[in-house]
Amino acid sequence: MRTTTTAPAVQVSQLTRTFRVRSGVLGRREVTAVDDLTLTIEAGESVGYIGANGAGKSTTIKMLAGILVPTSGTVRTCGLEPVAQRKALARRMGVVFGQRSQLWWDLPLAESYRILAAVHGLSAAREQERTAELVERLELGAFLATPVRQLSLGQRMRGEVAAALLHSPALLVLDEPTIGLDVLSKQRLREFLLAERAAHGTTLLLTTHDMGDVSRLCERVLLVDHGRLAYDGSLAGLSREVGARRVLVVDLAAPTPDLVEVPHAEHLGSEGGGLRQRLAFDDAATTAAAVLAAVSERVQVRDLSVEEPDVEDVVRRVYQSRGR
Amino acid sequence: MADVAAAWRPYRAVLASRVRSQASYRGGFVLDLASSLLVGLVELAEVWVLYRAISDPGGIGGLDLAAAVLVFGLADLSFSIADMLVGHVDTLPRYLRSGTLDVFYLRPQPLLAQLVTSEISVRRITRIAVGAVALGIGLVINDIAWTPLHVLFLALVVLTSTATFAGVFVAAAGVQFFLVDASEMTNAIVYGGRYAASQPASVWSKPLVALFGFAVPIAFTAYLPTVALLGLRGSAWLPGWVGWLAPLAAVWTWAVALLAWRTGIRHYQGGGG
Ligand SMILES: Nc1ncnc2c1ncn2[C@@H]1O[C@H](COP(=O)(O)OP(=O)(O)O)[C@@H](O)[C@H]1O
Ligand SMILES: [Mg+2]
Repeated sequence: MRTTTTAPAVQVSQLTRTFRVRSGVLGRREVTAVDDLTLTIEAGESVGYIGANGAGKSTTIKMLAGILVPTSGTVRTCGLEPVAQRKALARRMGVVFGQRSQLWWDLPLAESYRILAAVHGLSAAREQERTAELVERLELGAFLATPVRQLSLGQRMRGEVAAALLHSPALLVLDEPTIGLDVLSKQRLREFLLAERAAHGTTLLLTTHDMGDVSRLCERVLLVDHGRLAYDGSLAGLSREVGARRVLVVDLAAPTPDLVEVPHAEHLGSEGGGLRQRLAFDDAATTAAAVLAAVSERVQVRDLSVEEPDVEDVVRRVYQSRGR
Repeated sequence: MADVAAAWRPYRAVLASRVRSQASYRGGFVLDLASSLLVGLVELAEVWVLYRAISDPGGIGGLDLAAAVLVFGLADLSFSIADMLVGHVDTLPRYLRSGTLDVFYLRPQPLLAQLVTSEISVRRITRIAVGAVALGIGLVINDIAWTPLHVLFLALVVLTSTATFAGVFVAAAGVQFFLVDASEMTNAIVYGGRYAASQPASVWSKPLVALFGFAVPIAFTAYLPTVALLGLRGSAWLPGWVGWLAPLAAVWTWAVALLAWRTGIRHYQGGGG
């Protein structure tokens, strides 16, 4: 995936951003949202940018897009200087802000795409081809004629992703794209992003609270804490370091003794006299399917769910494992 | 020519969809048109009643009823066109809160051009019609020594007065970056300016002349051009010949407006401003 001929998708060096915020009646206080961040993301990578609330993820993205000026340090996005070359960058980069909308609320979804095609100067042929591709792959057809304000959150978010990708950007940045989505919508979105990447080699950078997004979509994880880079590497490496395990919760047909001998899984606890049991497992060592299969060999499973590790928990454990 | 069409395409696409969207709420749209028309007519009637009630044959501040109608027409036409085209920029604080401005950063057009073309208030069209009719009546009932220069001047003044009011809207938006709750104050300037525009500046107090004569050059949108067209004497602070300089007020206003906007954007991005 890595090529030496194209500029890195993201290149930041000693990037720092502070905000002056009011504190008390007259006082002002400096908050360092991003603190001496240095990292490079090559074209074609898919990177999860994770961290607790207020860690500085959105601030970083705003600097990548030219919305905020760095307090110090340098940023290059797609080889461009985001503030000075904002318009050129807008043609190469797509951004989805989970909390804000690119779409026109009172218009049918399809109309937003017509406008955005004009905004990005797509030819009629390109507009038609790209819209058709996105509508099909994101399954937007059923509600293209519906005004955006009437869409469900899951439908709207898929609509937002299509809007950000209409001009076929080389870099797609998603800020909390799955927040508030139900399991099915999350899954559809993840599948789409995988397919889009496979088809077009789009570089992916996404911030999320959901370790599930990271484990399905990202080859590389950047963990940011209080604006500083706390980890940069693979998810497996992160799991090794902190044991970021997922938890399989099974509801069993009959009360069962604690399932302590399932391979690569640790029994965390039982409820209802063994009717519901919780098993932690490590993605680096096994899969949810393998654990489930092992459980099913022993006892009949009626229902199940998988709990993702909590990002906040992961951050805490990174610090614990490094021994303060 | 093809370049111009390509550059205009994004704005046209947004504006066309805004117009369609407003027209599609037919009931509400017709009601808006009607109320806009009614307010315009009432304000025109006010001028008529006021100047009819004046016993002084010299009128108010050197303007008689006929001249006052001309001032009203020029002021109302240019303000209403500006209001239709850029009046919505006073919603900037809402855009800031909802993050719509961040979305503008993701599109390859200038931010201010995107903001201005993000909306258009079609319902102002009836108010524009009132202004146009008042202007037409004013031109007919006044005794103007028409020359080609007068015709050119009048056409230019309608354009530049519109630009002046538009510039005031944009400058007010620039201020809102710093004071998100300042809309009360900026509205006082914008709508106070609209009202002041249709009044004879010759009767203004000194502070008012300083504010709407020079700082926000509202006197140059209607009163002074009328004084120039009719060959009146004007006042000590704003003599008649100054009226011919009316178009320059637009240049001044836009210089201030763009400075305010740029400073506001700098502040928003945190580049220190
Ligand atoms: N415009 C702003 N003004 C003041 N403080 C801000 C602003 N934007 C972000 N911050 C502060 O910067 C820190 C990082 O915020 P943010 O980047 O939004 O974090 P995240 O996206 O990781 O949740 C937080 O402490 C937040 O309160
Ligand atoms: Mg955030």
